[in-house]
Amino acid sequence: MRYQIQVNTKWCKACGICVEFCPKAVLAQGDDGKVQVKNPEACIGCQLCELRCPDFAIEVGGVEK
Amino acid sequence: MATATMNYLRQHKLPHIWCPGCGDGIMVGALLRAIDKLGWSKDETVVVTGIGCSARSNAIIDFNTFQTTHGRALGFATGLKLARPELNVVVITGDGDGAGIGGNHLIHTARRNIDITTILVNNSIYGMTGGQYSPLTPAGAKATTAPFGRVEPNFDVCELVKGAGASFVARSTVFHVRQLEEMISQALTHKGFSFVEVIAQCPTGFGRRNKMRSPAEMMKWQRDHAVSAEAASKLPPEKLEGKFLTGVLHRSDRSEYTEMYQQVIAEASKRGGEQ
Ligand SMILES: Cc1ncc(C[n+]2csc(CCOP(=O)(O)OP(=O)(O)O)c2C)c(N)n1
Ligand code: SF4
Ligand code: SF4
Ligand code: SF4
Repeated sequence: MRYQIQVNTKWCKACGICVEFCPKAVLAQGDDGKVQVKNPEACIGCQLCELRCPDFAIEVGGVEK
Repeated sequence: MATATMNYLRQHKLPHIWCPGCGDGIMVGALLRAIDKLGWSKDETVVVTGIGCSARSNAIIDFNTFQTTHGRALGFATGLKLARPELNVVVITGDGDGAGIGGNHLIHTARRNIDITTILVNNSIYGMTGGQYSPLTPAGAKATTAPFGRVEPNFDVCELVKGAGASFVARSTVFHVRQLEEMISQALTHKGFSFVEVIAQCPTGFGRRNKMRSPAEMMKWQRDHAVSAEAASKLPPEKLEGKFLTGVLHRSDRSEYTEMYQQVIAEASKRGGEQ
């Protein structure tokens, strides 16, 4: 996997922002509303989920600086 | 990148107190990344806030933090900057805190052009106290204090501070998070009073009452109503109706207050020496 998406479920508040704006439908909300990585192969490493998460709960690894 | 943000957060204070989807956390992330790229240390940076949800940023940001009284952050920040001009002083305020109860401080701090960066999170409402309208709530919008819609027009707070003398004025949104970081970064490095208005969502106090049911829906509103100042200059006025401008809106070169004040100190010391 090129990019490693890590979710901190302790901090995630299930707001849905990262899911709504992911350009590749990588993320989805589980039964509890918290984010789950459904389709990691499709991730393009744009980091928009990380940058727009109000709770510092999602991080995308493997992105070149 | 995330590691950089983490280094500047009081992680034992997380999860923070803000509601799910609140724009405040996105603004904090952009601010922390901008500061990290500038390499500012925790010790040489002070974040001053007043009262409100946005003011609670100070609970999680790991700089020297100073939470003051409602609307008065800029007064405290001015005293701090005059006493310790070498510090980087950043104020985070809300639309009620900064443009309502603190509006007078805002215009006079802009007039002095003191080297303070002010980030005003405009979520169109008093979030903390449950949804009363502020001077930046748009006409027609609903609030607990305007159940039939807000009657009078709002300020354009960027025009207000520009008119009052701010030497750097910019606007962005939490949807446009990369542009937001860039605007904050430019504001931080500008010498003089610099001001960034951040259009953000308060899903709890504003969205629910104004037919925007989710935080993402509110961010789509930001996406659809923002026009960059650059693009706007090429558009006919009818295309700009109901839209707001983003990007750097004003920049000017004026004398900075603490530097001017140094001359007063030098003059007074000289005269003191003569006696
Ligand atoms: C002197 C004083 N008056 C009123 C209040 C009550 N009060 C607390 S927060 C607030 C409004 C904050 O609104 P805003 O600045 O828009 O911040 P937000 O909560 O939306 O981030 C008010 C009126 C107070 N704490 N102190
Ligand atoms: S980095 Fe971009 S593509 Fe990957 S999950 Fe996040 S938003 Fe989606
Ligand atoms: S944006 Fe953050 S808090 Fe919201 S659902 Fe995604 S990970 Fe959770
Ligand atoms: S009331 Fe509004 S501004 Fe305050 S934390 Fe909740 S969403 Fe954010």
